[in-house]
Amino acid sequence: MLIIKDLHASVGDKPILKGINLTVNAGEVHAIMGPNGSGKSTLSNVLAGRENVTVTSGSIEYLGHDLLALEVEERAREGVFLAFQYPVEIPGVGNVYLLKAALNAQRKHHGLPELDAMEFLALVKDKMKLMEMNESMLYRAVNEGFSGGEKKRNEILQMAVLEPRLAILDETDSGLDIDALKIVANGVNSLRHPERSMILVTHYQRLLDYIKPDYVHVLAGGRIVRSGGPELAHELEKQGYAWIGNETTGQEVSSGS
Amino acid sequence: MSDSTSTLEAIISQEYQHGFETSVEADALPRGLSEETVRMISAKKNEPEFLLEWRLAAFRRWLDMKPPEWASVHHPPIDYQDIIYYSAPKSQKDGPKSLDEVDPELLKTYEKLGIPLHERAILAGVAVDAVFDSVSVATTFKDKLAEKGIIFCSFSEAVQEHPELVRQYLGSVVPVQDNFYAALNSAVFSDGSFVYIPPGVRCPMELSTYFRINAKNTGQFERTLIIADRDSYVSYLEGCTAPMRDENQLHAAVVELVALENAQIKYSTVQNWYPGDKEGRGGIYNFVTKRGDCRGAHSKISWTQVETGSAITWKYPSVILRGDHSVGEFYSVALTNHRQQADTGTKMIHMGKNTRSTVISKGISAGYGQQAYRGLVRIARAAQNARNYTQCDSLLLGDRCAAHTFPYIEVKNASAKVEHEASTSRIGEDQLFFCRQRGLSMEDAVSMIVNGFCKEVFKELPMEFAVEAQKLLGVSLEGSVG
Repeated sequence: MLIIKDLHASVGDKPILKGINLTVNAGEVHAIMGPNGSGKSTLSNVLAGRENVTVTSGSIEYLGHDLLALEVEERAREGVFLAFQYPVEIPGVGNVYLLKAALNAQRKHHGLPELDAMEFLALVKDKMKLMEMNESMLYRAVNEGFSGGEKKRNEILQMAVLEPRLAILDETDSGLDIDALKIVANGVNSLRHPERSMILVTHYQRLLDYIKPDYVHVLAGGRIVRSGGPELAHELEKQGYAWIGNETTGQEVSSGS
Repeated sequence: MSDSTSTLEAIISQEYQHGFETSVEADALPRGLSEETVRMISAKKNEPEFLLEWRLAAFRRWLDMKPPEWASVHHPPIDYQDIIYYSAPKSQKDGPKSLDEVDPELLKTYEKLGIPLHERAILAGVAVDAVFDSVSVATTFKDKLAEKGIIFCSFSEAVQEHPELVRQYLGSVVPVQDNFYAALNSAVFSDGSFVYIPPGVRCPMELSTYFRINAKNTGQFERTLIIADRDSYVSYLEGCTAPMRDENQLHAAVVELVALENAQIKYSTVQNWYPGDKEGRGGIYNFVTKRGDCRGAHSKISWTQVETGSAITWKYPSVILRGDHSVGEFYSVALTNHRQQADTGTKMIHMGKNTRSTVISKGISAGYGQQAYRGLVRIARAAQNARNYTQCDSLLLGDRCAAHTFPYIEVKNASAKVEHEASTSRIGEDQLFFCRQRGLSMEDAVSMIVNGFCKEVFKELPMEFAVEAQKLLGVSLEGSVG
């Protein structure tokens, strides 16, 4: 599904990622943990194609394609989905309108007929039940006036509608109370699928109590310094990131292959 | 970054779509303006004496007036002796009796513009009074409207058929000496539209005029007068395009609306005059005076405008809230791209008691576009309990454009409530990235965000025209994202 090799990337002149190696196979859920400033969000942004991040060397192969050669929207239509840490507001644009335009852009890309309003509504209402969302949210402007929890649920709703092959969830647990966290986690779990891979970027172990990862990686100083199973997350929770911070050399890790 | 800039660039720099020219022989006066010109125009139109006198009075006032200099627009001085003040397609000289008599070349022009003249008009349920340069070419649906006593015709026809109405209302909202361009228009106006809705009648269809400047070096000075008598309602739409030319053309129109007791007028404009090329060569100078008079109690006038064209727009559709409990509204989307300049806004003059006004202005600047919102809210001493709400938002695309806001508020009655909100934002990198990450192209993302920004205004437009306006905005922005 995804093979990242010796990835180096900078934001402005500042090198952030300094040699990331990671392989994610179909159906796997990988958690990427790490302290602030370790490069977690930069990694998410590189995968999604954000233009403020410059890849200086290394490669990313996605479903056999050179991911870095694709435009942001091409990646999206090929099934790369980023759930944003801070979902943006788009005043005046109905949530339902954005969702439909997004799904139809993807369908068109794959040579499928576009869904009309009725077909789309039926589909989206079904998915909304999953996220325990009120239908009225469809007709509100994208994320405008949404609470933190509503915004995150809305992200997962978009994921449920777009059914990506590779979903990157960037700090999806941040700003959620425990009830909202459970709903979001339920939504995510229901989207686990042998053909779908997920990368959970998170600061805390808490999310991983609800979404069980297959692998946990610890990112520090722009490198993956440790990889392991779910137990690694518990260890981190107990000992804190300082424990990792002492390790200066990043381990070459290729997990899950 | 550079990638998105170039795509935005491509979106903004899309070409003007209506820049074709129609070859028809024209019957035109020589260039220049004098008392003689005014007399010749009046004579060509076989006007009654009162109108000639009115024109001449306006002309004399104009001679002593100076063009306004307070607007934030810049252009070389206009040589008013270098303009042709009257041009009519020759084949139309005797006036068409029906659509069949209209020059096929003209009809083709309208077809290219997508105006539903023939059966298409019937399908669309729109009655169109098409103004081609200076004479009205064809008026559809006149008979159907006549059944209800509605008068919808060219201004020239109204002068011949209903001189008493013209005499009573012409210049009663925008007096000849109101401003430089209004005085000029009053002296030399050649045609326009006239609407009268009798008491108690709700006009059953949208009335629409499509203006088009075709002949070279021709100023277009049209005059529109709409009167809604007691308890009546009318919705009127005006759309505009002009061919592409290197030199600038002047368009100085005057629109007067009169709403009597309990009457309502909704006036919507989609203005897409030629904006000039990317370097700012050519394009229309759109110096227009539009004003509505809520003359009766409980009357209402709404202006909705989508301004995407013209090299320079100078326009302040206003409402005089004379009747008690009258309501004025102004909803505006103005877009300036490339080197376009717009100084636009509104005036809400509260004179009656319990009058209310709402102003929603959305400005979008791209390229080197310069835009100013200029709005006056005046609460007169007698206007007890007047209310105004103004919201004025600007959206910037790229870093070479500018938006300015000049609100003027004059309150002479302590019971007034006047609110003004303003915001300026840039189209967000975050918003664009988010939309693209969901699979939308850059163009679609920009168009969606901009349309979202304008939503409050678009929802005020009649349905078909809202769709048209959205498309127009997309087209005008093509190549603008950066």
